[in-house]
Amino acid sequence: MYDYTDFDAAFVATRNRQFRQQVERRIAGALTEDEFKPLRLMNGLYLQLHAYMLRVAIPYGTLGSRQMRKLAEIADRWDKGYGHFTTRQNIQYNWPKLSDVPDMLDALAEVNMHAIQTSGNTIRNVTADHFAGAAADEVADPRPVAELIRQWSTDHPEFQFLPRKFKIAVSGATQDRAVTRAHDIGLQIVERDREIGYAVIVGGGLGRTPMIGKVINDFVSQADLLPYLEAVVSVWNLLGRRDNKYKSRIKITVHEHGIDDIRARVGERFKVIRPTFSGIDLALFDEIKAAFAPPAFREGSTAIYETAYKTDPIFRAWADTNLAPHRAPGYAIVQISLKAHGATPGDATAGQMRVMADLAERFGHDELRISHEQNVILPHVHKSDLPELHAELKKHGLATANIGLISDIIACPGMDYCALATARSIPVAQQIATRFDELKLEHEIGDLKIKISGCINACGHHHVGHIGILGLDRAGVENYQITLGGDHTQDAAIGERTGPGFAYDEIIPAIERIVYAYLDLRESPEESFLATYRRIGMAPFKAALYEKAEAYAAE
Amino acid sequence: MPREFTPKVVTGNALIEGDVIYQTADDGWTRNLSEAELLTDEAEARLRLLMAEGQPDQVVGPYLADARPGASGPEPTHFREAFRRTGPSNYFHGKQAELG
Repeated sequence: MYDYTDFDAAFVATRNRQFRQQVERRIAGALTEDEFKPLRLMNGLYLQLHAYMLRVAIPYGTLGSRQMRKLAEIADRWDKGYGHFTTRQNIQYNWPKLSDVPDMLDALAEVNMHAIQTSGNTIRNVTADHFAGAAADEVADPRPVAELIRQWSTDHPEFQFLPRKFKIAVSGATQDRAVTRAHDIGLQIVERDREIGYAVIVGGGLGRTPMIGKVINDFVSQADLLPYLEAVVSVWNLLGRRDNKYKSRIKITVHEHGIDDIRARVGERFKVIRPTFSGIDLALFDEIKAAFAPPAFREGSTAIYETAYKTDPIFRAWADTNLAPHRAPGYAIVQISLKAHGATPGDATAGQMRVMADLAERFGHDELRISHEQNVILPHVHKSDLPELHAELKKHGLATANIGLISDIIACPGMDYCALATARSIPVAQQIATRFDELKLEHEIGDLKIKISGCINACGHHHVGHIGILGLDRAGVENYQITLGGDHTQDAAIGERTGPGFAYDEIIPAIERIVYAYLDLRESPEESFLATYRRIGMAPFKAALYEKAEAYAAE
Repeated sequence: MPREFTPKVVTGNALIEGDVIYQTADDGWTRNLSEAELLTDEAEARLRLLMAEGQPDQVVGPYLADARPGASGPEPTHFREAFRRTGPSNYFHGKQAELG
């Protein structure tokens, strides 16, 4: 785990003091809302539909027990006793009072956390593979470089007023769990001639104009990485459209200029920037890497786990869905679902946060991760501890065995909380999860990712869902468009729209028709929804979706 | 042809709490839409909005929202305003809890 240096701590403390004064001046009337708004946004504070919302960064999704307990304390003391984990590995508090926010930020600073650059047109929280440091398929741990990028980008004087927000994700494994191809910059750690470097992908993004990122450079060395990133952002800062916010993201710049032109410009800019990097970033990187040294994995028998797996079907069902392979023998990665059937995806109560912190301390080398899929990960658990861990999770409503299944839905806050939303997301997710739990089909269906956004901004990643749902306002009524075939992995794909959307009370039956069509059309239970879609295409699903709807309507 | 004016209420968010508030006929603010002033005259609505904009110590981002007369005061005509009136649909702890 990375601990703040004295410099980091002093920087955050100064920012918090400044913001406290800004809040006081706003309340006293010395600042207008127009003057105050950019200041609060620089500190992660939005004004949403029903209240203020404070977005707190969890850099690269990594936190320790002490930090998780502090998040719980903040939820209890200044919010309504829960927090919402997001697709960009942040936590959002939905009900803070303006006058309390400075105290909340000070509380966060006590555990090396902050809300700086979690909003505004700047480089946002750097995200990473939630299995970082643990995954069996990892080339290198992505967190040290993510931390290096965080330090480089925080308060970077050139990048505080970019054309739009800018998002960077890092993956260090062969399986992309960080959605790198749908970020402004995605970094894929690669190894070439025994040297670790980075494939740099630019111009990905979802939202109004979804695009899969393009490789601008297939190998950038560690020494060249920061100057190369600086060159990319610098070129976009100059070229990026400030005349039209819908065309401001780097994906549009890359699309309009072409990747070859951008590559050439970045190359020229890199030549200018490179000499200004003295190498101190490499020394810093070595220090950061040391902070992310793996814990002392223990050796021991896994017989308890194997016995429980053979004899306890509930434990086995959980183990089959919620565990992932670990790089160390005898260990597993535990995924704690925040998607209990009917619950709000990504929400955890303060009590649950404390339970997860305790369990991480007892069984998980004091480490937790937040996934972009809005779940919590204990990355290092010895298999012999799993039966006891599972029993504890069960007691607190945290043992839902549904990771990767139809109820493990990403859903943005939607119109229940977000001022930008055009329809609700959360109740749609709740109803889908509840419905398929009632049908007892979830495990039969297998790997299926539903992602729901409440507006075109696509915070719920609907474009890359196997089934994507987009909520819109159609003539004053909530309406939901469906896309099929999206994929967020290294084989990233944008889903294809099925056709006309569905009203709020029609969307669950529509999803059911798609799923039943899949169950009818798949070649075997081993063929996933996405594989079936890729084999047979849209037409059979479209027929099931619309022709059956018409048949029901005619009856 | 100019569009026909439809009834409105002045609404925004409270400065400190951030929750949804509505302007009342006695120049105050309420959390309860049914207590809001329903404005049926366009010129009057603009004046009332100007007044709200002059109260940045109480309200953030005031605007005119469509509403219609109901049995016990103004009612929303669009689902967004309906959600603003009641609170989120996943928890019973927004305005719905406060208003009973």
